[in-house]
Amino acid sequence: MKQRKHNEQAHEPLVHITKNAAMPFWKSSLIRVAAVVLAFLFCSLLAAVLINAKPVEFLQEFLKGNFGTNPMSANLRIWNLVKDTAILLCIALAVTPAFRMRFWNIGAEGQVLVSALASAAVVFYFGKYFDNVSSGWLLLLMLIASIAAGMIWAIIPAIFKALWNTNETLFTLMMNYVATFFVAYCLVKWTPDGSSVLGELKAGYLPRVGHDYLLLVLIILITTVFMFVYLYYSKHGYEISVVGESQRTACYIGINVKKVIVRTMALSGALCGLTGFLLVSALDHSVTTTSVGGRGFTAIIVSWLAKFNPFLMIISAFLLVFLSKGASQLATTFRVSFAFPDIVTGIVIFFVIGCEFFIRYKVHFRFARKRAGAREAAGAAAGTQGAPGELPAEAEGKAAVIPDKGGKLK
Amino acid sequence: MFRKILSLCLAVMMVAGLALAASGCTSGAGTGTADKDFKLGVILLHDESSTYDKNFIVAVEEAQKALGLSNSQVILKKGIPEGNECYEAAKDLVAEGCKVIFADSFGHEDYMIKAAKEFKDVQFCHATGTKAHTEKLDNYHNAFASIYEGRYLAGIAAGLKLKAMMEADSTIVPKIGYVGAFTYAEVISGYSSFYLGVKEIVPEVTMDVQFTGSWYDETLERNAANALINGGCVLISQHADSMGAPSACEDKGVPNVSYNGSTASTCPNTFIVSSRIDWAPYVKYICEQTMNGKKIDTDWTGTIGTGSVKLTELGSKAPAEGTQAIIDQYKAELVAGTRHVFDTSKFTVGGQNLTSYMADVDTDAAYTPDTEVVKDGYFHESEFRSAPYFDLKIDGITRLNENFG
Repeated sequence: MKQRKHNEQAHEPLVHITKNAAMPFWKSSLIRVAAVVLAFLFCSLLAAVLINAKPVEFLQEFLKGNFGTNPMSANLRIWNLVKDTAILLCIALAVTPAFRMRFWNIGAEGQVLVSALASAAVVFYFGKYFDNVSSGWLLLLMLIASIAAGMIWAIIPAIFKALWNTNETLFTLMMNYVATFFVAYCLVKWTPDGSSVLGELKAGYLPRVGHDYLLLVLIILITTVFMFVYLYYSKHGYEISVVGESQRTACYIGINVKKVIVRTMALSGALCGLTGFLLVSALDHSVTTTSVGGRGFTAIIVSWLAKFNPFLMIISAFLLVFLSKGASQLATTFRVSFAFPDIVTGIVIFFVIGCEFFIRYKVHFRFARKRAGAREAAGAAAGTQGAPGELPAEAEGKAAVIPDKGGKLK
Repeated sequence: MFRKILSLCLAVMMVAGLALAASGCTSGAGTGTADKDFKLGVILLHDESSTYDKNFIVAVEEAQKALGLSNSQVILKKGIPEGNECYEAAKDLVAEGCKVIFADSFGHEDYMIKAAKEFKDVQFCHATGTKAHTEKLDNYHNAFASIYEGRYLAGIAAGLKLKAMMEADSTIVPKIGYVGAFTYAEVISGYSSFYLGVKEIVPEVTMDVQFTGSWYDETLERNAANALINGGCVLISQHADSMGAPSACEDKGVPNVSYNGSTASTCPNTFIVSSRIDWAPYVKYICEQTMNGKKIDTDWTGTIGTGSVKLTELGSKAPAEGTQAIIDQYKAELVAGTRHVFDTSKFTVGGQNLTSYMADVDTDAAYTPDTEVVKDGYFHESEFRSAPYFDLKIDGITRLNENFG
């Protein structure tokens, strides 16, 4: 090595990376689709090796898991697919405003959980005063309690961030554990037999419109549209973007950064509150420490994958739910551990996030350069660094390592 | 680059097309006899990584083998939380054509009942639940096993060991320890029967109980066992799912009676015996009853007689001489009904012999005692419903703490 001559060829590394100029949308989309497809191929290969499932069976099971095996199961599974996508989407919508502000709120899990607890508490203490199981007043009370609880859980770290610049990631993460144990505590108080199983509550049911889950899906769709308009076409949305880009710029143009931080987190908390309310009133009619089941963390990935765009989140939420349902069916059919769906989901997310690298950066190989000629080489070496408005690639890595499952408690 | 991606996409689409075509073919085929149509669905809280659920999975597989069912006739749904997901899973299993659906966790109960009300022609069976006898549905059933009989026999083995230790060293004070998960009937019934087993052999024995407040916490269970050993307990047993207590005993050379399965391989020097519930007889029973169009008991209690309560092989080093023969003798008496674990002449509560006790058998919000469970000279555990309800504080047992969750 030391004896190497000082000529241009010797300085040239085998591989080097430069920042890519903005890529046309069709091209970046194609790369992303290719990444998903590649990930599926890789997973089917893994399934073939690990559980002896032929690639055809792999695809079959994925489709069965999501779309059913007969008319009755198709009806059930497709509705479940839609409903689970909607719930995940709702939590993703909740974390998005804060993320656009670069406030790394990973506390959605806890915010949704306390909101669910608040709704359940309202039914537990006041449900008996209402004759109708779908009493509008009771539902309104539940909604208010849930939103208030979610907001409180979100505002606490926001105030600490605004006033004392504490680390919001750690703070919101810790708040998740507080929420879990708070739920555990309440369950002990509410169940004198010591079982900590609240069971199905007998009031506070969201009215049934057409189908059990239709109203829930509609509410979340309306919320999605609202969030899109709020983030892209409102003054608040603009302020969030400016604070996210540069707090100093925001100060300079007269935006009250502290106020924006607290206000945005309050909105995040309120949306988590809505999700918690929907979980209790439309689905579980109860609360346990695992009511949210890690979806508060999965939602972070949903939001990131969609580049914080509410409409694109429908696609990313669908992808993740589709994956987990398909892989679960595979695990059921082949009688393997329930860790398998997690592995498949993890691999696909890894590929999808990994492909962003090829969208943002260009990889140059020495042998390719020789053919391309010296002129282009000179141009690529002078590639620009960190275009403004681009999100840092390492931040994306951060989202990817967040554990999929929250506090696992029995 | 573009061309490469395009060709890749096309290749994948072709594979997908093939798969669709194949799935279309298979769904058309498959007609068979009545038995071939039978399907069992099982809803499990976790997967085999939990000892609790593994016990059920092993039982289902055993029953499946005994009945000669294929894998496609027994659908296991793992990792189903105690919420709406359980109801969804039950409905899904109905859609898959299951005739019997079995759920394994206490919190699944309400959602199983909800599904049972909706699908009247499908049988729903639930382990450890308490509501079947009050819901009065034709197609919803509870099941448990009289594990207290197993613990009693394990207590006999422990008593023999304790007696041998006392004969070898006259300074030993007969005090034993018990690590429990939560302070509720299932655990209380378990340690009381264990204690009565030991007391049968060593009448002057006393027992300390330490609760951890968790079904599975290795550190807490280990610490609790160590605290009991330091407090003078010369023999330990436990009712929690981790290896914490047995391995603490192995480290300190204190004999241990285990639960849920043998710990002989990790604790060769101190393992005496272990009791466990074997669910295979129940799973077999519900399948056979359904296949033959017969009714399933509303509350089914597996006993040592039905093979639902089992003792493992004795450890190779720790148990006293002749333990197996004595256990077999007691077991025969229990099966014959000439001996009862909770015989009221064998224990006292607050210095008094028990003559009457109202237990909370019918679950209600206020936990009101509703049923007289003492008659014919013994406490009738697991008879008025399958889940345990013995929750008395009997003399000789000291609760060092209480933990409801």
